Amino acid sequence: MATASSAKKIKKTSKLGPILINGSLLLLILIWLLPTFALLVSSFRTRFDIQTSGWWSIVPHRAWMTDRVIDPDPNWDRDGVMNIEGAQGTFEEFRNGITLDNGTRVFWIGNKRIGKVEIQAYKWTSNFNFTLENYGQVLGGKTFEVRQPDGTIKTEQADNFVGAFLNSLTVTIPSTLIPILIAAFAAYGFAWMRFSGRRVLFVMVVALLVVPLQIALVPILQDYVRLNLNGTFLGIWLAHTGFGLPLATYLLFNYIRGLPRDILESAFIDGASHFTIFVRLILPLSVPALASFAIFQFLWTWNDYLVALIFIGAKPDVQVLTMRLAEMVGSRGNDWHLLTAGAFVSMVLPLVVFFSLQRFFVRGLLAGSVKG
Amino acid sequence: MQRSSEKPRQPGGPVQWLSVNAIGLFTALAIPLATFLVLYWGFFFLRDSDAPKIVIAIVAIVWGVGGVAALYLVANSLVDRLGDTWRARIQPFIFVGPAVAILLWYLAVPSLRTLWISLLDRNGVDFVGLSNYIAVFTTRNMFTAFRNNILWILFGATASVIFGLLVAILADRSRFENIAKSVIFMPMAISMVGAGVIWNMMYEVNPNVGLLNAIYTGVTGNNPVAWKAAAEIAPWNNLFLIVVMVWLQSGFAMVLFSAAIKGIPGEILEAGRVDGATEIQVFFRIMIPYIMGTIITVSTTIIIFSLKIFDVVQVMTGGQFGTQVIATQYYREYFTNQNAGFGSAIAIVLLITVIPVMIYNLRQLNDQEAF
Repeated sequence: MATASSAKKIKKTSKLGPILINGSLLLLILIWLLPTFALLVSSFRTRFDIQTSGWWSIVPHRAWMTDRVIDPDPNWDRDGVMNIEGAQGTFEEFRNGITLDNGTRVFWIGNKRIGKVEIQAYKWTSNFNFTLENYGQVLGGKTFEVRQPDGTIKTEQADNFVGAFLNSLTVTIPSTLIPILIAAFAAYGFAWMRFSGRRVLFVMVVALLVVPLQIALVPILQDYVRLNLNGTFLGIWLAHTGFGLPLATYLLFNYIRGLPRDILESAFIDGASHFTIFVRLILPLSVPALASFAIFQFLWTWNDYLVALIFIGAKPDVQVLTMRLAEMVGSRGNDWHLLTAGAFVSMVLPLVVFFSLQRFFVRGLLAGSVKG
Repeated sequence: MQRSSEKPRQPGGPVQWLSVNAIGLFTALAIPLATFLVLYWGFFFLRDSDAPKIVIAIVAIVWGVGGVAALYLVANSLVDRLGDTWRARIQPFIFVGPAVAILLWYLAVPSLRTLWISLLDRNGVDFVGLSNYIAVFTTRNMFTAFRNNILWILFGATASVIFGLLVAILADRSRFENIAKSVIFMPMAISMVGAGVIWNMMYEVNPNVGLLNAIYTGVTGNNPVAWKAAAEIAPWNNLFLIVVMVWLQSGFAMVLFSAAIKGIPGEILEAGRVDGATEIQVFFRIMIPYIMGTIITVSTTIIIFSLKIFDVVQVMTGGQFGTQVIATQYYREYFTNQNAGFGSAIAIVLLITVIPVMIYNLRQLNDQEAF
């Protein structure tokens, strides 16, 4: 431990300016975080705020804030020079705002006849007017009541992300576990069983790592239409299983083959069958590899759009989150208060999984691309 | 546990075996039958039921995962009832059979079928020879798609590798290494659809929403620009989509580079420094050659990724404004224009472009495995 840290210290002290290094790293971190941060902040802002001010207005800044609003006096000479609150000017000048020496600004809002006059002050401010209504509307089942800026309640159509979230779970969990189970059996078979055709079949598995899944979509879709599997959970599980299997089998094969052989042999001597050895010994021993691949496959299927788009199609009651979100981009491309909330709902679970299991994920990544 | 020791060691005659194992035979038939019936019923329940969503979700998950496990269990218990010779013969296929069958159905056979469909006309009926492939290489839209994929590789893959390497090196010397790596890595967990929404917002025309336009209008005083849809700057509007991939993939590159850099023996670096090499020389003359294998692996992986890119483009521009790529053209030709032959030809071309990179990658792995 001590030698490791001292070696590191030598490495560090001989580096050019740590400030430069930490500074540029910090800059990169900020750039990388900025887009997600913008999304998160915007998802809590009201529709009105989003359209009229940037999300960055949460940063304290100086801006003209309305102090009070007064009704214009009907006797004012709107076509000539007016004197309002100590400011003198024509209507056009008031429309642009007249700043007084004491730092306040008089601002005419609206048209000449039925406008308002705002007395504004230039103050430090930050917009922390947050709401959960966006999430309510995005998650809600069918309709959602939105409070308008003027206080009235308007019923809007909700986006039913809860339903899509459940669908995503229903698609993702079996799509993660089924290929792992099948691949683990196959990996064990390839690694530790002798049978004719073993080599040929294994070469086929590895060769299929090359095939991009686009190539398989159309024929499988034809099969699904014929078998009535289109838009069913079973159909999409099997599709994800098929597309995940080559990598899963290859990774697990490499891992299982590396397990010490004498474990297997002594178990055989004790009279255990292959099945018992697999369930009682191999699966528990392979947990690290299984977990690594599970996280991969989970993120992959949860975030998948193409496979869902093709095998689930437009069926609204089976739609997963990515489809729901992509559809919203098309139909409500300017409703940023909803898009941001929806996007965040779709990101929450993978981010939690990612941050809590990052270690396994990295391990899998290293095993995956150094070996497969 | 089904394998009991009282089973005959040598396979006897079938009649004798039957009389001994009548009950066993009954269970051997009843259990699989019951399993299949339950699974069969589950399928229709899931497809047709209007039970509450959460119930369906739970039933589906249990049915799906449990079903597969049950099938293995049943198959194995059936095999266990056979004699030793037959068990040894059949059991391997129970282990590898399902995987092989699914791979055949989902990848191997479809590749051949797509190849065949690509030689047929738009309805997949009449044989038209290579004319779909001629169309792939002569259509203007496809030309744009190929050009864009090259842009994705040239700029996207390169930038991902450079940023990944940069962060890996900086983080290695920084005190907040773990935080930095987590942050750069985080977009890997975000779907490309979600990333599309995030960056759509950055590029939004309304300067109250889009940060880029807020800066642009604030600095230059010009009108806001629809960045990714700006046909007048084509093909460079593609760069705005490519940024999204760089944002997503740099973390992947960084993790691999970081591990590789940590694997460089400290003595080598120290020796270089003692000999008077500057930091830049140490970087280019020692570190880069040492991690060259990783650089190649990462590059090829990201190149494959950028060749297959689909979601980002589909969500952000739908392939309009001159931003189409091979995969979006495939989707458009097959599903929007209903041209089965043309769509399949594009898929085959995609396969052919990916294969050399993949083979290189696999060979690389095999070499590494020799260690």
